[in-house]
Amino acid sequence: MALTKEQIAQRIAQELKDGYYVNLGIGIPTLVANYVPEGIEVILQSENGMLGIGPFPEKGTADPDLINAGKQTVTVLPGGSFFDSSASFGMIRGGHVDLTVLGAFEVSEKGDIASWKIPGKMVKGMGGAMDLVAAAKNIVVAMQHCSKDGQSKLLKACTLPLTGVNCVKKIVSDLAVIEVTDEGFKLLERAPGVSVEEIKAATEGKLIVEGEIPEMKL
Amino acid sequence: MNKVVKNAKEAIQGITDGMTLMVGGFGLSGIPENCITALVESGVKGLTCISNNAGVDDFGLGLLLQKRQIKKMISSYVGENAEFERQLLNGELEVDLIPQGTLAERCRAGGAGIPAFFVPAGYGTEVAEGKEVRVFNGKPHLLEHALTADFAIVKAWKGDTHGNLIYRNTANNFNQPMATAGKITIAEVEELVPFGELDPNQIHTPGIFVNRIFQGTDYEKRIERLTER
Repeated sequence: MALTKEQIAQRIAQELKDGYYVNLGIGIPTLVANYVPEGIEVILQSENGMLGIGPFPEKGTADPDLINAGKQTVTVLPGGSFFDSSASFGMIRGGHVDLTVLGAFEVSEKGDIASWKIPGKMVKGMGGAMDLVAAAKNIVVAMQHCSKDGQSKLLKACTLPLTGVNCVKKIVSDLAVIEVTDEGFKLLERAPGVSVEEIKAATEGKLIVEGEIPEMKL
Repeated sequence: MNKVVKNAKEAIQGITDGMTLMVGGFGLSGIPENCITALVESGVKGLTCISNNAGVDDFGLGLLLQKRQIKKMISSYVGENAEFERQLLNGELEVDLIPQGTLAERCRAGGAGIPAFFVPAGYGTEVAEGKEVRVFNGKPHLLEHALTADFAIVKAWKGDTHGNLIYRNTANNFNQPMATAGKITIAEVEELVPFGELDPNQIHTPGIFVNRIFQGTDYEKRIERLTER
């Protein structure tokens, strides 16, 4: 069975380590915050200027001066901090953020990512995505393996305008966990009940399969 | 020293057609509401606005777009505004989209006397077109130039009569770097106090960067995406 969005987030949460500073993008990545493993502490960064993002506010307590990068009202946890946008991207660019999780339209076998613009559709802008992918030490992409009409989104080369090149380290899709290596997409884990053959068929880029591929543990 | 002006109308004196403005805020958080309203009322047009976003249809910079007062936007994300989209598709509006961190740093550099700098963001993408590339520590970087503006307009939580500013929570965002990069910087604040009353340890923007300051009124502080538990 292909993973649900929640399960993709749950699997990505297993990448978190105690003490990590993490930037979560909009969409599935945001859900990762719900699955932080017991006994470890991670601090969430929001590129509009905060560390220590807390849960959404209780009804009636939302603060217009306290939002996340998706412009949703949030809270700040004890020990959090606020700073301006240039300091925020300084900590991103300077390699201080341990892990960045974001969504993508396409990823190439070289680790290129396309996530911000679809020609012919309204261009909204890249926001902070180009800064994040160009600088983060460790980038995990949360995505669907194929488009709604069955086209692979893990490609030899991206067809859409790029957000960054040679930067994605790992992909957690609804079908598989994949490491992006110099040689191509290396299959690490399968979604429960999904075969290697199914993953191969859904992957246009070069898929490296070595030995027995275990099922994900969720 | 007298930086205090009566209101937004007085603060925006000297902003004329065709000027370049920096406008602080992220989404609708920390935007200079009073000055935006005063700019709409002034009828000034042909503006180039450097601002992370372009407001929504009926609030923030969306109000200036509705009156066709903006010629060009320099932003990182402009997706929340239908009038913006219409003007863009009709070729009535120019837009320069810039990675958010690069935009913030270009403002900071403008205020700090750094004419240009190298960053990795955008390398290998359409953002890199026409830009010098240099490799540092094995990684390609793009040459980006500083931004300055005829006027920078920022919003702070508290300010004093010397122009010292304190921002609140995530309403700091672009206000702090932009406050440094205006030929003239206007600050509107929720609470204006006599100098000496703010703790010098808590100041985000030292008054040296601020030319005009006033206490704003009737802050709506609209929430773009109310999300509750």
